[in-house]
Amino acid sequence: MNKPKYTIAITGLNNTDNPGPGVPVIRALRSAKSFDVRIIGLVYENLEPGIYMENVADKVYQIPYPSVGSEALLNRIEYVNSIENIDFLIPNFDAELFTFITSQTRLESLNIKSFLPTKQQFEEREKEKLVEFGEKYNIKVPKSKSLTSVNDVSKLRDDFDYPVLVKGKFYDAYIAYNSEQVIGHFNKISSKWGLPVIIQEFIKGTEVNVIALGDGRGNTIAAVPMRKQYITDKGKAWGGITLGDETMLDITHKLIKNTKWRGGMELELIKNNEGDYYLIEINPRIPAWVYLAVEAGQNIPEALIQLANGEDVAPFTKYDIGKMFVRYSYDLIADISQFEKLSITGEL
Amino acid sequence: MKLKNNIAISETGFVFDPNSGDSYSLNSIGKEILELIKSGKSKSDISFHILNTYDADEFTFERNYDDFIDMLKHHKLLENE
Amino acid sequence: MTKLRYERPIISKINAGVPDKFGMKTSVETLNQIDTVPVKDILEQYGSPVFVVSEPTIRKTYEEATSAFTSRYPKVQFAWSYKTNYIDAVCRVFKKLGSWAEVVSGFEYQKALNNGVPGNEIIFNGPDKSDEDLKLAIQNLSLIHIDHFDELYTILKLAETSYKRPKVAIRVNMNTGIYPQWDRFGFNYENGEAWQALNRLMYSEKVDVVGLHTHIGTYITTPNAYAVAISKLAELATSLKKKFNHAIQYIDIGGGFASKNTLKGAYLPGKDTCPTFDAYADAITGALMSANFAPNELPTLIIESGRALIDDAGYLLGTVLANKRLADGRRSTILDIGVNNLFTSFWYEHEVLPVETTTQQTEDTTLYGPLCMNIDVVRAAVQFPLLQKGDQVAIRRVGAYNMTQWMQFITFRPNVIMIDEEHNTHIIRKAETNATFEAQEVIPDYLKS
Repeated sequence: MNKPKYTIAITGLNNTDNPGPGVPVIRALRSAKSFDVRIIGLVYENLEPGIYMENVADKVYQIPYPSVGSEALLNRIEYVNSIENIDFLIPNFDAELFTFITSQTRLESLNIKSFLPTKQQFEEREKEKLVEFGEKYNIKVPKSKSLTSVNDVSKLRDDFDYPVLVKGKFYDAYIAYNSEQVIGHFNKISSKWGLPVIIQEFIKGTEVNVIALGDGRGNTIAAVPMRKQYITDKGKAWGGITLGDETMLDITHKLIKNTKWRGGMELELIKNNEGDYYLIEINPRIPAWVYLAVEAGQNIPEALIQLANGEDVAPFTKYDIGKMFVRYSYDLIADISQFEKLSITGEL
Repeated sequence: MKLKNNIAISETGFVFDPNSGDSYSLNSIGKEILELIKSGKSKSDISFHILNTYDADEFTFERNYDDFIDMLKHHKLLENE
Repeated sequence: MTKLRYERPIISKINAGVPDKFGMKTSVETLNQIDTVPVKDILEQYGSPVFVVSEPTIRKTYEEATSAFTSRYPKVQFAWSYKTNYIDAVCRVFKKLGSWAEVVSGFEYQKALNNGVPGNEIIFNGPDKSDEDLKLAIQNLSLIHIDHFDELYTILKLAETSYKRPKVAIRVNMNTGIYPQWDRFGFNYENGEAWQALNRLMYSEKVDVVGLHTHIGTYITTPNAYAVAISKLAELATSLKKKFNHAIQYIDIGGGFASKNTLKGAYLPGKDTCPTFDAYADAITGALMSANFAPNELPTLIIESGRALIDDAGYLLGTVLANKRLADGRRSTILDIGVNNLFTSFWYEHEVLPVETTTQQTEDTTLYGPLCMNIDVVRAAVQFPLLQKGDQVAIRRVGAYNMTQWMQFITFRPNVIMIDEEHNTHIIRKAETNATFEAQEVIPDYLKS
């Protein structure tokens, strides 16, 4: 039987020390058994390593940041589509997801298929809504409180034991062991990220993650748990190992069933010393360590494309436990002529 | 006015400065002027050529040209005189 | 031989990492007419800078907003938020469209009366109502939204000597999940203060408690917060019904709908993230329908949206005064539009567009206003085409708050014109002149000679 050949556009080729998932997603798609691919890399910056890597993208186009506005981004994608005839699009950046989720109709009118969470799914898992999310879906989350004034710090004693985590709305998290430290962090974070500042119960334990794929009807198509073995100073996994943890799978299945999650996701959990799991964050996309899941037996990007194509996809039922990944860095040698071509024409 | 002699200007308007490792892009008239500078043309030669080729008045061009030269100086692309 | 079109020569550094606009073939958007009226004609006729209000845009936006609500809920009333834009011509357009008036001071109250708004269609909000203001409002059967206990007791006292029964509502503040929580206006829901205030009013038997009001904040981009607010107000209404067998006539959800302007610090532009009227209406009317109101006692839904109804209809047109290079090589362009007129540039990244341009190439530019003041920055960094002295620019979405919060500083406030449905232009507020100020100032005799 002849395999179909799909043209798939992928973002997030920034395989740096804080890697985007684009390159591993492409690697997974290139090893797909049910189809062949032509890969169109969509890049924001001219030094994203995936641009220069061999056998990653067949063609690369620069696209404008989502912050410029969806209109400019979609116009650019329309232009790329007029040349490349894109079948599927897999966005891999948190910051662009909102734009792509709200632009589905326009993408569909261009015959570009994708498989993303709904806007409601995307919004209700946002960081400052974690407590409500936990209540709604009956999942343990760390106790959290949003502070809008430094005067509220003194009242924390009623609800929290120290230490606590002091977190910014978008980024930054510090541990504080007393109210003076909370005030210090509050001032620093609020001047940088604005209000509210989120106070979160500090849960001592091991950070574990699940990569998963939901079909949008409540079925878990794929799920692989992993523990980070080595974490960089940016908090990114540099090594990890697949786990045979039934509770984590159970949490994932329930969550996907109840949210009817559509698309890829990563659950960040903390397992405390009593063996309880707390949900810290949901990333609404495929994480950068996806290739570990592929080698463990679940090609999530391939299944995601099949779902986007409207096919019935049978859930994966097993994966190899004890598979490991170790990231490494590598100096790729490029020529300024490539840089020139991309910088001047926006294409390579 | 002299462009540093190892500055490379490519067909596409891409400029690479091997002294600093920085690169630049030019619009097409910028490229034309930079090439004229590189070939040793004086300000009045360049002005004559541009005003003959393009629909511009002398006063506007002079200001724009000076601003362009200031930017070349700012980016350290010219030899110190 | 015809000459080629001239363009200024540009050299731009390519920063590693940051995408270069050159390759992207982005086109520079221009704005050369408003409702078919050429921008350059407006500037020629009315001077630069000049504010333009588009009546067709007001009507179109109002139609969108009202139909989003009326298609979902049977009893809907809009009330024009005077503080957002209280130029009389603007207020009168809203009155013609069926809006009531929402005012927050004696000055605005008087404006509403002068604009022909009947007293019983004026909602009087805010913490500052003098005894005289209140007497007049009681006399006119206006809807007085009580802000604090001092005002509540003043009204009860005035009611004793008044022939007419005051029509009152209380403003309620509450936690709707929105930060910051606005707790400085009205009575708090969670701590029971709001219920206490309602009890005090009901037991007095001297006033008619006609409604409940809240205003949860400004630039609210999560419509669901309104649903939370409605359910809390509905809870109070149900309690009134249960305890006093009293049905309120309306729920006033206030305003706070976002406009398509981009707030400073926001990652995505406002036109991508601003919820539609349908999204707000869905959340608000959905919560009303699922509350415990008897079908024959459904309260009227009052909406006091200001910003979302007028922002798009306002434009500010101006002219380039000069270009200059900053010490770090960056380009700056000085406009005759400054923060004195464009007050909202303190919190918005306003969209500034050239009226026409001969180039598609842009450069990172700082746009300054004309004031001799360091804070006078219209845009700190924007990709902008190179304009020459005398070229014209247009700023979009300035209809809300600028024509009320503008400052007379260093120079005059400019003409405001309106474009009507037939695309005729009318001055609706004259530019100030030296005479404007001479009329206000008084020189003591000893300084006259």
